Amino acid sequence: MENLISIGVNSIFVGNILLSYFLGMCSFLAVSRHLATAAGLGVAVIFVMALTTPANWLIYHFLLAPGALAWAGLPNSNLSFLKLILFIAQIAAIVQILEMIIDRYSPALYTALGVYLPLITVNCAILGVSLFMVERNYSLAETAVYGAGSGAGWCLAIIAMAAIQKKLRYADVPKGLQGFGLSMIVTGLIAMGFMLFAGISV
Amino acid sequence: MNGLIARPWSALKRSYSFKEIVKALWKANPVSKQILGICSSLAVTVQLQTAIVMGVALTLVVASSNLLVSLMRKGIPRNIRIIVQCAVIATLVIIADEFLKAFMYDVSKQLSVFVGLIITNCIVLGRTEAYAMNNPPLRAFVDGLANGIGYASVLVGVAFLRELLGSGRLFGIAVVPEAWYQAGYANNGLLVLAPGAFIMIGLFVWLEHRVLEKN
Repeated sequence: MENLISIGVNSIFVGNILLSYFLGMCSFLAVSRHLATAAGLGVAVIFVMALTTPANWLIYHFLLAPGALAWAGLPNSNLSFLKLILFIAQIAAIVQILEMIIDRYSPALYTALGVYLPLITVNCAILGVSLFMVERNYSLAETAVYGAGSGAGWCLAIIAMAAIQKKLRYADVPKGLQGFGLSMIVTGLIAMGFMLFAGISV
Repeated sequence: MNGLIARPWSALKRSYSFKEIVKALWKANPVSKQILGICSSLAVTVQLQTAIVMGVALTLVVASSNLLVSLMRKGIPRNIRIIVQCAVIATLVIIADEFLKAFMYDVSKQLSVFVGLIITNCIVLGRTEAYAMNNPPLRAFVDGLANGIGYASVLVGVAFLRELLGSGRLFGIAVVPEAWYQAGYANNGLLVLAPGAFIMIGLFVWLEHRVLEKN
């Protein structure tokens, strides 16, 4: 239990998927202009990450890992090189199904999240979390916590960025630095802030 | 003597491939101008060596995926083109990943998941979708090569500064003389950490904009 809490806290703050592993930067930079849209995308990312990471864990441990096909009578199999292609296919499929289910049962949620769902398939943070989960040998429970925590961390970062961008709208920024350059430096400062959580242990 | 060197040089400067590569390095650089593929460009720049390996791997993947998609472009149905492109890219990335594991195991450990993440790197899918789908194979190949080199140039530039100023080394060899440390010089530890990458690339882009404005 303590282990799970520490993985959760770590994935939200210290090991933030965006601020310390640089994943999901493209949509982070593109969608952080308005607070409301940033929050929408953030929630959608939490949702998708919490679903796809455990699903990829199942695929990896029952189909791909070395010796995983023992139940099918193939104890010497090792298909782990296929993980890249199967993970991305799984993510695309889950996002597609999710979009259809939300559209069918909750039109209000669909109007709020629907636009962002296709964007999420190509968000490298989603695939990155699945790959880290394999690299760190997490169990299923740990994976579930890690997936949801990483999503929450990403959401937190994009909301912070959108709020700062709003404040910066009237700032007098040197010409060459406007836009991309400034966004990167602000992100760097947020990352520095998040690093201070490193001293906290649960 | 001068003319002998000048002639091939001017012929090279006029050639199509050369123009494309210069454009991608400078005016339309995928990282600093089109803001594509930032994720991996930050994560692998703590050391020069990993940055160079990553740059080469990405250049090869973009160039060959552009070539393959362009060769198949007449046979790919419009509605499923993204899936086909993803499959081509994923296959090439798996080959690159396995190759690194077999021949450069240490570097592959350091790059960890970031080689796999070339699949979701926007530069690769962006070039196959925007260029290779409507252009002949050779041009697509050159376009992929040019964009890969443009990406690698930013990567290597940032990695050079981060490794030099952050840990006083280049390719893992100490280059800052011991006497400097005695005299009070200290490595900037922040540059090795994540925030250093963000700030460094921000300053890099600022410098580039300033220089371009002057021209």
